[in-house]
Amino acid sequence: MRDAWLIAAKDLRLEMRSRVALTLVLPYVFTVVLLFGFAFNADSPTLQRVTPGLFWVTMLFASMLTVQRAFSVESADGVRDALRLSGLDGSGIFLGKAAAILAQLAVIEVVLGVSVTVFYGRELRGIGVLFVTAVVASIAIAATGTLFGVMAAGLDLRETLLPLLFFPAIAPVLIAATQASDLALSGDSATGWKWTALLSLFAAVYTAFGALAFGPLLEDS
Amino acid sequence: MTTSPYASTDAVVHLRGVVAVLGGFPALTGVDLRVGPGEVVLLRGANGAGKTTVLKVCAGLLRVHQGSGQVLGFDLGERRRIRRRVAMLGHATGLYDDLSVAQNVAFWTAAAHRDRDMPGDALSTALERVGLTGRLSDTAVGRLSAGQRRRASLAVMLARRSPLWLLDEPHATFDASARDLIDALVGEAVASGVTVMLASHDDDRAQSIASRVVDLAGGAVVSDTGAEAAGPATASGSATP
Repeated sequence: MRDAWLIAAKDLRLEMRSRVALTLVLPYVFTVVLLFGFAFNADSPTLQRVTPGLFWVTMLFASMLTVQRAFSVESADGVRDALRLSGLDGSGIFLGKAAAILAQLAVIEVVLGVSVTVFYGRELRGIGVLFVTAVVASIAIAATGTLFGVMAAGLDLRETLLPLLFFPAIAPVLIAATQASDLALSGDSATGWKWTALLSLFAAVYTAFGALAFGPLLEDS
Repeated sequence: MTTSPYASTDAVVHLRGVVAVLGGFPALTGVDLRVGPGEVVLLRGANGAGKTTVLKVCAGLLRVHQGSGQVLGFDLGERRRIRRRVAMLGHATGLYDDLSVAQNVAFWTAAAHRDRDMPGDALSTALERVGLTGRLSDTAVGRLSAGQRRRASLAVMLARRSPLWLLDEPHATFDASARDLIDALVGEAVASGVTVMLASHDDDRAQSIASRVVDLAGGAVVSDTGAEAAGPATASGSATP
């Protein structure tokens, strides 16, 4: 856990100094929300109906940018060799990077959630389910992104390959998170909790697998 | 591969018939090399001779395909243990552009010392020694000149307090005063028991600080000058004058 803390603190410090999430990802998220509003007409029932799906698709796009940034800093000027030389534990690096990504996703989710609520006018219901869904889905996204981020890190076409690897793997999380959010907003929290339980399973599996696989993947990247 | 008559515990680095493959091609074709404590070994050779590859094998950054050996008493297969104990100055700086010099050195030092007590003065001493104090230590690495970045990289290496330094072209990109600094640091390190292996094209400068010169060609040792003084070495195919 000490290794994880060291890596997470470093990654968040990098973000505080470079402000990539603030200057790139948040404006991107805000723009996508506006574009969906223009495309569907902000007052239309269609937009209201698809709001949960739009929220999570936008989150996946934003998480892609966050993951790419998290691994581009590790690819610069011999940093990957330095990381190997540090002797830091592979699972510790994985948990630290995933935690830093999770923290950034939390900020993005708050901004995106407020934007969607304001612009799309969907009434907020089932807050408990929505909150837990956001937490476990973000853990799953951060864990999967970190795992595929290191897999793609050593490849020449990593910016292109990362989405191709990441999006299919994260599709079950997208489906479960959208279903849970939609049911919560529709007032059926009881069924929503079942999807949240499934999401928790995804998050646990992806995190455990990532913690085990990250070290060998870092070796070979 | 030959069997060395020398116990691995006598050597800081002991390579026996080491073969390493890079991108499908053999970068090392059977290197035998023994480096004793406190030696400063200069690895010489043309581009592609295998100098950097030898350093990377000694750092635990490359898998060995054939052969055996020890670094700091650990088998070459125990790469993670080796990595945690060596310090390497390579062509790249290994620093985060968006972090300041002090933040970079603090991070890498904390990583290196995470399972042992970090000397309280490790960070400040290293920064002072390479001349990156005051405003420079708070400057983002990405805004420094190439020479200053390399000084910062040197500070990270110093702060690791490793018993084995692996220096790849240590004088490159440095101005005259920084080259003098490198030489002084190597001298101080060796005086305190550190063993140094360096690869360099700057023959005169590097030879002036080396106690031994090992020539490489085609991924193997072809001559080893000064090995007798350091203790008998090596090797099939190596000519020890």
